[in-house]
Formats: sequence, C-alpha cells, structure tokens
Amino acid sequence: MKGILKLAYKLLVNDRAKFTALLVGITFAVFLMMFVTSMFMGVLNHSSSTVINIGASIWVMDPAVQTIANTIGMPDYVLDAVRSMRGVKYAVPFYSGGALVKLPDGTYQAVTVIGLDDTSLFGRPELIQGKIEDIYGENAFIVVRDAEFSKLENPHIGSELELNDHRGVIVGIASVSTSGLFGIPTLYTTYERAIQYIPNPRYTISYVLVEPKSAADTQQIKQQVAALGYLALTKDEFMRRAAEFYTYQTGMGTNILIMTVISFIVGLSISAQTFYTFILENLERFGALKAIGTRSLELVGMILFQAAFTALTGYGLGVGLCTFLIFIARQRLPSYAAMLTYTNLLLAFVMVLIITAISSYVGIRRVLQIEPFDIFRG
Amino acid sequence: MPTLAIQAKGLTKWFGEGSAKTTALRDVHLDTSFGEMVYIVGPSGSGKTTLLSVLSGILKPNSGSVSVEGVDIWNLTADQLADFRLHKIGFVFQDFHLFPRLNTAENVAIPLILRKNDWDESIHEASKYLEIVGLKGREHLPPVKLSGGEQQRVAIARAMIGQPDILIMDEPTASLDGDTGQSILKFVHDKILNSNRCIVVVTHDSRIYEFATRILNMEDGRLTGTEERAA
Repeated sequence: MKGILKLAYKLLVNDRAKFTALLVGITFAVFLMMFVTSMFMGVLNHSSSTVINIGASIWVMDPAVQTIANTIGMPDYVLDAVRSMRGVKYAVPFYSGGALVKLPDGTYQAVTVIGLDDTSLFGRPELIQGKIEDIYGENAFIVVRDAEFSKLENPHIGSELELNDHRGVIVGIASVSTSGLFGIPTLYTTYERAIQYIPNPRYTISYVLVEPKSAADTQQIKQQVAALGYLALTKDEFMRRAAEFYTYQTGMGTNILIMTVISFIVGLSISAQTFYTFILENLERFGALKAIGTRSLELVGMILFQAAFTALTGYGLGVGLCTFLIFIARQRLPSYAAMLTYTNLLLAFVMVLIITAISSYVGIRRVLQIEPFDIFRG
Repeated sequence: MPTLAIQAKGLTKWFGEGSAKTTALRDVHLDTSFGEMVYIVGPSGSGKTTLLSVLSGILKPNSGSVSVEGVDIWNLTADQLADFRLHKIGFVFQDFHLFPRLNTAENVAIPLILRKNDWDESIHEASKYLEIVGLKGREHLPPVKLSGGEQQRVAIARAMIGQPDILIMDEPTASLDGDTGQSILKFVHDKILNSNRCIVVVTHDSRIYEFATRILNMEDGRLTGTEERAA
C-alpha cells in the first residue's frame, strides 16, 4: 500500500495548479474558522479576566449575576453566613466596581476598581514594582500594567490621581495573566477603601470568595449557599456562565456561528469543487489503473489519502497562518482578544474532516463508477 | 502442440435494453495459443474492442465463458479478477493513457508498484525496460516531452514490466504515423513475442498485418474468417 500511496501523492502534488488551489481553499477555510472562533474564545476569556486573575475556588453571588462586570451587592450577613458553613476553610469579601479617575490633565478615564479583603488581600496581583504591604498606606492603589495602562498616562509609584474627589496614590505596579474585555485600566485597593471611595448602594459585597476545606466540600457549600438564597459557582462554572451569557444573550454567539458556517461553506465549495475537478481530469488515469489491476479498495485508499493529505496540509497552514497573524496583532495590540484553544483547533479539525469526507465522497463515487471498458472505448 | 492461452466459448454481449439494445458480440468462439500474435481486424463498430475487453477480464459477457490458462476468469470475484489482470495481462491502450504528472520511469513502474513491490526497485526495473524499448536516458522526462512513438514505447514497457503471459494491444498504431507504427509492431514481434507469451492486437491498420501470426476478421459482432500467416 505504501507504494500506491506514494503514487497517489505524486499524482496529487505534481499537479501543482490543482494542488495549490486545493491548499488555498482548505487553508483559507481553516484560517477563517480559526480566526473567528479564536476571536470569540479570546473575548470570552477576557470577559472572565477578573475571575481568572483572582483565582478563587468558589464565588458566591446574587443569582441574577451573569458576568463579573454586572455585580449585585450582597449584605454583610452573607459573608458571615458563608464563613460559618460546613466545609468552608475561609471566606473573604470582594469588591468589583467602576469609577472615573480624573487625570492630571483634567480629563476623565473610566477604571475598574477591585477591592481585596483587607485582612488577607486574597486575590492580590503579582507586583512588578512596589511592595504589597504599601496597599495599606493612605489612599493607596495598585495599578495593573496591561494594554490599558497608558490610558492613565503611564503612572509610576508615587503618581497621584483623583478618584471621585478622593486623592489616590499609586504604591505598586502589577501584572495580571489576563487583561479585561472593556479596554479600561484596573486599580487594586483594599475592600474598605474601595467602598469608601466609590458611591455604593446599601449592600457593598460584590462577591464572597470561598476556599473549601477540600474539593469534595464544594457541593455541600453550593447547597448551603443556595439554601441562603444565593448562588455559589466554582471558577470554571462562573467563567462558563459568563461565556454562555455572551454567547446566547448578546448575539455574539450567533454572529460567530454564522461566520464559522460561512467559512465552512466557502472552504467546502472551493475544496470539493477543485478536488472533484482534479478527479475528473484524472478519471481516465484512474480507469487505466483499474484496467491494469488496481482493486477498487485501493483506488478508494488513493483518493482518501489525497484528500486527507491535502486537508491536513491545509489545516496546518491555516492554523499556522492564524497563529502568525494573531502573533503579529499582539505585537501591536498586547490585549488583542484572540486566543487559540484546543476547542478551536478541534472544531476546525472536525470541519476539515467533514470537508475531506464530502470532497472524497464525490471523487470516490465518480472513480468507482468508471468502467475500465470506457478506457478501451476512449 | 502449442498450449492454449485464451479459450473463449459462445461469447455474447449486448448493451442497452429494448429498442436501444445493441449486440456487440454474437456467439464468438476463439482460441489463441502461446507464441501467437493474433490480430482482430474489422470495420469500426464490429465489436473488436468489446471482444478484447471481454477476453482481458474487463467487460463481463452476457453469456459464454473465457478461460485464460485454464482459469475461467468470469467466475472470479472482482478482486481476484483485478489481481488476475495485474499479474497475467499487460495492456497497451489506444491513447497510451500515460500519467502526465509522473515521469517516464514512474509510468513504466506502475504495475510493479501496484503489485506492492518496493518503489525504488520498481523504478530501477522500469529503467531497464525503458532501455529495452530504446528509451535509455529518458527516465526522468514527463511523457509530454516524448514523441508519439516514444510514448507508445513507454506504454509497451509499462505493459511488459510485469512480464505478463498475455499482451493486449488496442489500436497500437492509431496515434502514430505509418513508419513509427511499423517499427513499434516490429519491435513487439521481434523482442516481446515468444513461446510463453500470447499477443492479441486489435487494429484496422493493414500496414502492420505482416507481423501477425493469425488474423481474425470481425463483422457485426461475429468472427467471420481466419487468416493464418507465417509472420
């Protein structure tokens, strides 16, 4: 079979024009599918950036909360109640809210303010400048150095800013693994200072962050929180909830789906048609092979090999091209929301397999239909 | 007494049904022996190519039988029949049917590759056969770079590389000028025909009759006459 496959390979790649057209079709389809879905995955990832960066195992919230950005304050007793639940190792309050910062030049910049538990500073970011204990200093804030950092005029330690008529001082510069979705800078401070600086409704706790004694305790904590009338989600569940919100309730998912389907149809059309033309042009040769003594199964193997080789090469090129363009984009836009995941790769691979199956099916049907006698008849 | 290579009995073949039915073979009986170069001649539409196809295991007759070296080929399964053609029969098609995307040596090596022989060994063997047909040094050229006569020689080398017992040639001179056609058939007669091989040629080119050991006339699906020749 090895020699027959080599024969199939040579028949395919030596027809450079057709092979190039096939590769371009598959590569283009894979690139489009990958690019669109990686943008989507990137957006979803960025939408859960705070959940990822804080890293708490369990998040307790109002049941109406869909994403980290849409917080609904909870009364203080929730924190006390959670702390007293079975299986809870510790629980801390967490604040997440928006504010306007007045910059030295008089302009305003929206920021996300994150308030960490004053005692434990649970969820604190990794500092690249400054000391974490300085967060307890007067008016202290830590700024995240990400793509939005420059929107605060590149502050340094000691820089002052005005936040809701309160003086703020930058005491540290931090880095986080994932930037936010909405293109605004992030400031970290203590929980108490956050609720003091930012006008709030009666209830101020955005989330209660919980660490269970063991992973096995997660379920009973969720049940106890539910009995209290609130919702406890693991980190992954919370990210999935946000993803589902953006996917199904914002129209983003539908648009991405449409784009992916269009990419698939474009790829399928180009590839299937080109492959079919390739088969048609070689039909007499396949007939000659059949006459000489090639078994039908071997002909099927040849066509499947040709289709699979083209598909896998195009898949590799498509993934490579997508990765390269995302890399280039990230050089210029560090927070560029595109992310290649195994899900993207698998989705595109499945699409390519379907394209291959359909392309080879039409080819195989045609080749199996040809009678060697037709070769004699000319 | 020469050994029978092909024995065909009562071959009938028709195409289509009802008013569109066309009978291509009508009760054809035929014996060929090893060492023979048999020509099947006749006007267009007389059933020559159909007979050739039935004899070589490509087209199943509606009735009758074909035995090749004692094996009733139309009782074989599709895969057995494919193996039979691969190992026992060499084909030279009217339009050569060479693969334009393969070089000359690769074209010739195809039967060995289909027999699952090693690729490099098959190419090496193909080079030897190209030398035999007078195309030494053309191994790496694509068929389109060769003349019609040279392409025919490549097709012959491809048919012969598996050392088949039976060589089937369909209108071998149809695409060639007179001199080239003659030289090709002379080559086949002198170098390829031997006592262990039977060659069946379909043609209506009377300029190459001189190489036949026997000429069978076909008309309207029937063998109408036999002419023994001392080629």
